[in-house]
Amino acid sequence: MGQFLLSLISAIFIGGVAGYLGSVMITKRMGLVGGPLGHLALPGVALALVFHFNVFYGALLTVILGGILIWLLEIKTKAPMEALTGLVFAAGVALGFLILPFTEEHQLEEALIGDITKISFADTVLTVILCVLIFIIIKHIYSKLIMTEISEDLARIEKINTKKYNFIYLCCIALLVALTVKLVGGLLPVALFVIPALTSRNFSKGSFQYSFGALTLGAISSVLGIFLSKSYNLPAGLLIILISTLFFLISIIFKRGQ
Amino acid sequence: MEEPILQVKDLNVKFGEEEVIRNLSFKVRRGEFLIVLGPNGAGKTTLFKAILGLIPSNGQIIWLTKENPKIGYLPERLSQDKFKNLPILVREFFHFKEKLDEKIFNILQEVGLVPQEVLNKNPGALSSGQFQRMLIAWSLISEPEILFFDEPATGIDIGGEETIYSLLEKFWKRKNLTILLITHDLDIVYKYATNVLCLSKKEVCCFGPPKEILTPKALEKVYGTRIKFYEHKH
Repeated sequence: MGQFLLSLISAIFIGGVAGYLGSVMITKRMGLVGGPLGHLALPGVALALVFHFNVFYGALLTVILGGILIWLLEIKTKAPMEALTGLVFAAGVALGFLILPFTEEHQLEEALIGDITKISFADTVLTVILCVLIFIIIKHIYSKLIMTEISEDLARIEKINTKKYNFIYLCCIALLVALTVKLVGGLLPVALFVIPALTSRNFSKGSFQYSFGALTLGAISSVLGIFLSKSYNLPAGLLIILISTLFFLISIIFKRGQ
Repeated sequence: MEEPILQVKDLNVKFGEEEVIRNLSFKVRRGEFLIVLGPNGAGKTTLFKAILGLIPSNGQIIWLTKENPKIGYLPERLSQDKFKNLPILVREFFHFKEKLDEKIFNILQEVGLVPQEVLNKNPGALSSGQFQRMLIAWSLISEPEILFFDEPATGIDIGGEETIYSLLEKFWKRKNLTILLITHDLDIVYKYATNVLCLSKKEVCCFGPPKEILTPKALEKVYGTRIKFYEHKH
């Protein structure tokens, strides 16, 4: 029961905040960034499994390094962020798959699709604290990020330091991707960010409904996924994603016209 | 006319190797309605962006205000299509600048909009006239001292255009604003401008009250072709 509760709590916080952050990512047309960043976690996860330390720290290291690299490249080259993310992720995936053969076989599945059932109490506390922190930061800068998307010139006139907020935002994505690795591994973080946000977009009016709708849907998908995982002994991360997808398909019925 | 609020001295702007603005100098007085006129590619938008610090430039931009100037700005081509793809309401757009709903209500009414009709809509769902009025209200809500409008009536029909400029004139007079505005429309220049700044191929061709300086020869110099302007007096 105790382990189940830890898994449930972690999944709710990760799923909810990922959905919330995903609402910003979709608005900024960065929905696919979560995928490559998740893949960037692979070399870190592989290293953590080979050298027997917490996969969260391994993932965090490589994702943060990758995020900083993308940010620096964007300032230097002004190339689209999505293209730069693709470049950095390709290198990261290649590195990850070079290291993975050195892990044990049963660890491979954990690296690729996650395993929340093994999360410890300490990791759960860390997950909750970090998720709350990310939520508070993103809530505080949400309007500034949207303003930048409307017009970078207008944002600068309003004294919004677009570089600073983009950096903070990227760091939050990187941190949350590292957390999602426990739930869905290195292959599927994008789903936790994107699907709840896309679903919420179909029936919400305005950014408040949209962002909190995405948060709620992310959390609910996680709850249902964890319960189904316990009942049918299937990987929780995959079930969460499929439930989230089902919600999206249902939401199409309620999609608001322009 | 009042004291200067802005002085531009020897402004130079380059994009790569291309000189877009060369040694441009002029003053703007408080309360002025200055229209910047010139053909496409003359550097009008570049001038605004350089003054506002949005692009690098050489020369001096001197703000002659007691504190940091309160600036309102409407860039060119801030299109409704951008808003259509964003899950945002008019109310939330105004909340970027002003949290008090009462102030938002008042400014929307002042620009001729019915707040209850627009606040809970996406800006992309407004008519083009409503959208432009909304943008003007947005630029005014933080009570700026000086406003920069880059072709504020783009995409509006003639009737709507007249309304937009009448609205700007109303606020200009009532709130003693300083307005810098870019337009191609000579009718607007003659009707509203206290001074006009003509740009052509990086240089200032003329500066002063439109009736005094916008001679056919001056217009030919600006546009590179003969232009005659017939003022309709009704």
